[in-house]
Amino acid sequence: MTTTTLQQPGAPAEHEEHPKHNLTGFIIFLCSESVIFLAFFSGYALLKTSALNWLPNGVEGLEWRMPLINTIVLVSSSGTIALAEHFKNRENMALFRGFWLMSMAMGAYFLYGQAVEWSGLQFGFTSGTFGGTFYLLTGFHGLHVATGILLMGLMLIKSFIPGNYKGGEQGVQATSLFWHFVDVIWIILFLLIYVWQ
Amino acid sequence: MTIATFPPEPTPEQGWGRYFGFCTDAKVIGIQYIVTAFFFFLIGGLLAMVIRGELITPASDLVDRAVYNGIYTMHGTIMLFLFIFPVLNGLNNLLIPTMIGAPDMAFPRLNAVAFWLVPIFGFLLMASFFVPGGPAYSGWWSYPPVSIQNPVGHLINGQGMWITAVALSGVSSIMGAINFVTTILRMRAPGMTLFRMPVFCWTALAAQSLQLIGLPALTGGAIMLLMDLTFGTSFYRPEGGGDPVLYQHFFWFYSHPAVYVIILPVFGIFSELFPVYSRKPLFGYVYVALASFIIVGLGLIVWVHHMFPSGVAQWMRNLFMVTTMLIAVPTGVKVFAWLGTLWGGKLRLTTPMLFCLGGLFNFVFAGITGIMLATVPVDIHVSNTYFVVGHFHYVIYGAAVMGIFAAIYHWFPKFIGRMPYEGLGKLHFLLTFIGANLNFLPMHPLGLTGMPRRVSSYDPEFTFWNVVASLGAFLLGVSIIPFLLNMLSAWIRGPKATHNPWNAIGLEWLLPSPPPEDNFGEEVPTVISRPYGYGSGQPLVEHQDEIERRLALQEAAA
Ligand code: HEM
Repeated sequence: MTTTTLQQPGAPAEHEEHPKHNLTGFIIFLCSESVIFLAFFSGYALLKTSALNWLPNGVEGLEWRMPLINTIVLVSSSGTIALAEHFKNRENMALFRGFWLMSMAMGAYFLYGQAVEWSGLQFGFTSGTFGGTFYLLTGFHGLHVATGILLMGLMLIKSFIPGNYKGGEQGVQATSLFWHFVDVIWIILFLLIYVWQ
Repeated sequence: MTIATFPPEPTPEQGWGRYFGFCTDAKVIGIQYIVTAFFFFLIGGLLAMVIRGELITPASDLVDRAVYNGIYTMHGTIMLFLFIFPVLNGLNNLLIPTMIGAPDMAFPRLNAVAFWLVPIFGFLLMASFFVPGGPAYSGWWSYPPVSIQNPVGHLINGQGMWITAVALSGVSSIMGAINFVTTILRMRAPGMTLFRMPVFCWTALAAQSLQLIGLPALTGGAIMLLMDLTFGTSFYRPEGGGDPVLYQHFFWFYSHPAVYVIILPVFGIFSELFPVYSRKPLFGYVYVALASFIIVGLGLIVWVHHMFPSGVAQWMRNLFMVTTMLIAVPTGVKVFAWLGTLWGGKLRLTTPMLFCLGGLFNFVFAGITGIMLATVPVDIHVSNTYFVVGHFHYVIYGAAVMGIFAAIYHWFPKFIGRMPYEGLGKLHFLLTFIGANLNFLPMHPLGLTGMPRRVSSYDPEFTFWNVVASLGAFLLGVSIIPFLLNMLSAWIRGPKATHNPWNAIGLEWLLPSPPPEDNFGEEVPTVISRPYGYGSGQPLVEHQDEIERRLALQEAAA
């Protein structure tokens, strides 16, 4: 064994090539990030179950049809991004970029749908704890969707740099992991806010 | 592995400049953290002197009552977020890579960003002294409804700045934690399995896992607090249907584990130093290592013991009383392991050892009052009295800060390359140990007889113990002088340190002092045995004798 310093004990040595740790770090970050959502979710549940009148005056409940369409789009984008990754591993860059772009578009559509929904609501974020938690949860999640789209855009640009193909690998993996994360959070959020009324 | 070019050429002197800039070397960042932390320690300490000066007489005569509220709030906040956490992250930066044989942290740039956030939010917090209405005054835990009042009405107010600073501190700590955990998991030297890792790294791993699990909850809670304060939401506002106790859950879900984030690395320091200075292997290494993670598990399910008087259900009180008491078990395992290590050892009473012994003594005392506080009826009786203040200062000053001093004296020669002075060190120890006990012991009888905390005036019957406590505090204030003198003069003109002045076993002691920029570089020795092989004669790494011989040659040549 000659050079390598960054080895798991017992693993075979790789000459000169230090394995990267970005993905490990990113996964740790996602685990940590999920706790913020957990805090918001449990706060929502606690406030809702202990509230005397949960919905602000004049609000009947939330319309769930459009958010459901939004949900379907977002969940499917998890599939398209997985396909994109698959084609990248096959080194088919055209299909990778196609599906990658499609996932971005679906994410953007989700955000658009969210904005339309927000603008049609009769309550604001100061309308009691219901309004506050509703906007906090959907807003914070929306922020993550926007971040995801930005990350995807970045990876897309990186894929055009010649020779960068290998280095961007972990970035693509991390981004798609992030996207699945955003998706799972949304499903819980949807159940919590729209289904449990 | 081969050791063809070992030891690496010592890196030429690089001057002071790099300590003031954006540097990605973990050893520089470590020192940046520690020096910054002690800068804030002096400010927090000065505030403590004002507090004790006020409390030396029963009347509220030194500062205005409202100012007093701001002073203890800022004292607690500065000590925790700008002293203890940064100083521990400094030690992590110095020790983790060298102890596991890594050239640097996994993400050097992230590391530097995490550090530079500290002076930024430190500045923000200091600036809050000068805004209209003064700094935050709702105590270091910032409970609503007090913390969501904005009587001055400015958008920029002390409380808002406090919340922003704490949130930034959280971001910085999360960045640090990601880095430390990744480094420990992925960058260990060949042959260093988890159960050959020094206990300090085990405790750092445990503490940083707690940061990752707990901190986001506080961040989430703080975001909601800031919105209540600034944008008129009512998450915690009872009149708007909100629930102030919800904040307490968020706060303590993190802030209780935070005390383990503080004390676990100190356990690590004890476990490193006792074997060195008693020339015996650490007693029960595996159990000490694993106990850290049992503390993590239990530490996450005890937070409601801070809320016994907050109107939580009786079943919750019972449950959390039991989990809290269970923590005494893994902690006891560690204490017994240290005693077992000391037992029959050849004790060398150097400055670091004295600080460890003093710290252990204080810790055991704090453990006893801790068990008392875990008992619901006792806790409800002494809640919000000086008994609590006494208890946690025993842990935090008596044990944690003393352990940190021990670590600084012990590893100073390694990272600065010069020896601190023993005489000044022992004087520092003596003043600290006496001062701390004189300061914090009287708080227990005060609390038991009913003196509330967070008051600037009190009934004259409490005068005697308060005077004693204040004298102890001033002694503590003085104790910092020999420390600073020692550090400065040793740094500038202390005797040169050899690579292993304490005769310790560990990868970091197989490096020149100070270590070269990328530590072992490409030639990390292969670890072949457990740490702490004192008295066994078993080498820690392959080619140990050759490495030691070459280091000695290099030193002789210099
Ligand atoms: C120079 C040594 C110190 C002295 C004399 C001192 C003194 C005090 C006193 C008298 C109080 C109670 C104030 C009150 O309730 O009215 C207090 C509170 C506190 N101290 Fe210290 N302290 C010292 C060091 C530290 C250190 C090193 C830390 C942590 C690293 C710390 C953390 C705290 C915290 C968190 C509070 C609670 C603040 C609050 O009630 O919101 N102290 N200190």
